Amino acid sequence: MLAPVLHILPLTTIQRKRLLPVPGVLHARLNQRLSAGDVVAEARWAREHLLIDVARKLGVSPATADRLIVCKEGDELIANSLIAMTRGPFPRQVRAPRDGRVVVAGGGRVLLEVGEVNLVLRAGLPGQVIEVIPDRGVVIQTAGALIQGVWGNGRIESGVLFNLMDAPDTVLRPDRLDVSLRGMVILGGIVHDAETLNTAAELPVRGLILSSLNPPLLPLALQMRYPILVTDGFGHIPMNSAAYRLLSTNVKREASVNAESTDRFSGARPEVIIPLPVAIEPVPPADVIAFAEGQQVRLRAGTRYGAIGSIVRLYEEAVSLPSGLRAPAAEVRLETNEELLVPLANLEVVG
Amino acid sequence: MPISLVEGNSLLAIDVGPSTTRAVLFDVVEGVYRFLAAGQARSTAEAPYKDIGLGIREAIERVQNITGRVLLDPQRRLIVPTQADGSGVDAVVATVSAGSALRIAIVGLLAEVSLESARRLAESTYGQIVERLSLNDRRHPDEQIDALLRARPDLIIVTGGTDGGASHAIQQMLDIVGLACYLMPNERRPAILFAGNSSLAENVQELLAPLSSALRISPNVRPSLDTEDVSPAMHELAHLVNLIRRKQLNGMEELAGWTKGHLLPTAHAAGRIVRFLSRLTGASSGVLNVGLGASSAHVLAGFDGDLCLRVYPQYGLGENLATILHQIPLDHFMRWLSLDISESSMRNAIYQRVLYPSIIPATPEDRSIAQAISRQMLYLAIQAARRDFPENAPVLRPDLMPRLEFLFASGGPLTDGTTPGQNLLLLLDAIQPVGITQVLLDRYNVLPLLGVAASWNAILPVHVLESGAFQNLGTTVSVVSDAHYGTPVLRVRLRYEDGNEARLEIRQGALETLPLTVGQTARLSLQPLRRADVGFGPGQSKTVTVNGGALGVVIDARGRPIPLPADPVRRRELFQKWLWTLGG
Repeated sequence: MLAPVLHILPLTTIQRKRLLPVPGVLHARLNQRLSAGDVVAEARWAREHLLIDVARKLGVSPATADRLIVCKEGDELIANSLIAMTRGPFPRQVRAPRDGRVVVAGGGRVLLEVGEVNLVLRAGLPGQVIEVIPDRGVVIQTAGALIQGVWGNGRIESGVLFNLMDAPDTVLRPDRLDVSLRGMVILGGIVHDAETLNTAAELPVRGLILSSLNPPLLPLALQMRYPILVTDGFGHIPMNSAAYRLLSTNVKREASVNAESTDRFSGARPEVIIPLPVAIEPVPPADVIAFAEGQQVRLRAGTRYGAIGSIVRLYEEAVSLPSGLRAPAAEVRLETNEELLVPLANLEVVG
Repeated sequence: MPISLVEGNSLLAIDVGPSTTRAVLFDVVEGVYRFLAAGQARSTAEAPYKDIGLGIREAIERVQNITGRVLLDPQRRLIVPTQADGSGVDAVVATVSAGSALRIAIVGLLAEVSLESARRLAESTYGQIVERLSLNDRRHPDEQIDALLRARPDLIIVTGGTDGGASHAIQQMLDIVGLACYLMPNERRPAILFAGNSSLAENVQELLAPLSSALRISPNVRPSLDTEDVSPAMHELAHLVNLIRRKQLNGMEELAGWTKGHLLPTAHAAGRIVRFLSRLTGASSGVLNVGLGASSAHVLAGFDGDLCLRVYPQYGLGENLATILHQIPLDHFMRWLSLDISESSMRNAIYQRVLYPSIIPATPEDRSIAQAISRQMLYLAIQAARRDFPENAPVLRPDLMPRLEFLFASGGPLTDGTTPGQNLLLLLDAIQPVGITQVLLDRYNVLPLLGVAASWNAILPVHVLESGAFQNLGTTVSVVSDAHYGTPVLRVRLRYEDGNEARLEIRQGALETLPLTVGQTARLSLQPLRRADVGFGPGQSKTVTVNGGALGVVIDARGRPIPLPADPVRRRELFQKWLWTLGG
């Protein structure tokens, strides 16, 4: 039976696509080595449009207005540029209210793109460009540790990893955050209060890696301009031991935190990548795995939520559960040596 | 020896759901179509598989294992038609509800009229409304264009104008839609359904066909101001949704090839059967199909041929639970708990479902929590759908559910209860039917498959509905009465085929059962007391024939709406008592 997979890997080959949302100009080249902050591509993007009803402003029919319009599609206009003008001794004029580019001119109207901004796409992780996608972006490859999480606030940043966790169930309080942590990625544990997130923003930090977040803080977390990555869930949940071990043994290394939202269809998940030097390219992560005895698994439901264990016996045919339901299940030995019968639907393979 | 009335063609019906894919084999046995076997597998629309074909083949292989009939060749290609050696099937039909919720923008003229029709249309499929434009909208046209661009719709539904009426205002709205589509990159242009003033059809074709990924024009949902008929538009919408899914989901093209056009969105297909059955039940009572899954809840209600079809992604048991928790207090979930569970455990369990919608209850506590969440979400979906039930729905009181002759429940959370009693109690609590209702579980999601199969062979659904494809939980009699708790409200006599009788006096607040096994029928005499109503009018008695089921005849006199005690201990005791009454 196919298993969902949570990647927590000490050393693997990682390939990530970095794409602009709209076509733009590429700066990165094939085989180029990049650092996390390097600009890969840029694009100009108009956030707003202005529809100017020339016919109405001039009090003429759309067909007449079309003959009076003096700009055409693609024209770059500066504010107050002439758009249309009537003839005769007392001409009336229509002028551009703002700088913009003409995208449609016809039907007695002109549509302008205005409020253009520059979109900058950064590499997000150090590595080598192994593929160039024309006008859109690149595929970057690196080797290192990979730790996936369950929730992210949509931000991406990198910095030196600093550990403020004494144990997997450490609660991060605002008084632990001081100015010496400015610009760092903080391994933080559990966050219960808004003050902690706000203090981190004031420093500012380059990222927070948390085991869990108090659910009412989710809207605030989404507003933070630094990445927040949650490894395990919402509420008061310790960090799973696999992620804690790997992160806490990689402190003082550069860590890229991509706190993108989970998308079940594309497979996107929030993740921490810690690039490591390698002589030989390590094995890439396996995304399609079938459940098997001996596998390391993480529980994703129930009172032992987040606990790591290993499958000691697999029941691919449905068995009776303590709830009374029948489902394929596995006997899982937790790190505490406790053994539980867990439905396969409530497990994910760690690997 | 029975004489076959049908051709001996076998049918493989495939349902690709958000989390489970099912394959069901139908064939002719002794002259009638029968449900032979069902296989299911995890759906593979999502990463890392991103191809629904993998899950479909796994489900078909399970059918092979059960029946011993070879359906896939060594290259795992489906064998169609049936070969001389008995392998393969003659035809394939399919329903699909997998895929992310479609982003739908609705456009109309008046917010309370055509935009409402567009909303009802949008809610009939697997989508979420991400933008609304109408004449009531105070934004400038350019702001409306930007709003459409930001909304990134997969589909735009345009309604407005009566047939032969003024067209200027709807033309303005079409211009806005056209300009927004023009500004979108080619690969992101949405599909468009126009269901407005039919005299504009040619203009719409000329303006929007080049600017959309697909354009369908349906009959006007509001041919006149006081007439609404969304059914023809729902049919066109189903085809558009298929076209969108064929672009979004790998494996859809192959499935469409197998089915030769007999492929529909799941809820739409189920709607065909609900509508068909509601014609049979007539004007006195209706047919309801409810479903609950990780990505949505659906409510289909048919009354004398009129169908209300609603799909609610917001009431699914997955990521939307986080939003629901912001909208309603936790108490609304806690009130349905049958065990002593803390608020923090309940909240944690809800957030676990937000992250992992497909988890299943492993312990009795988990089960109590899961069933409480399901009750609340189904309750919300029913309340939302009731607002759109047809005006001809037969109601005892406006604040209550209309009378229902059949209630079909589908989806794991509603059908995977450990006992029939748990399933039935969940449905009674969340839906709170009135009068006499036969309750059936659709464990294999057969109802929509019959809906799509009907277009291939009209006899098959009739045969299968009469067979044992659904688990009959029993016949429920729900009493509406204002009597005080403990007051007698109904006398019941059940006369079995063998002449034996069972009698009960039902008191307000009680839940009682009378045994009547599957396959048995009996005459049920109901004599309401103190103007109680069991669906025939206050105090009106009647004797009816009822069918048996896993729980026989269940009399629910707990009240409508069910008054749950405020004291949690007393409430839990009641739930335990009710569960015990229904067999645990």
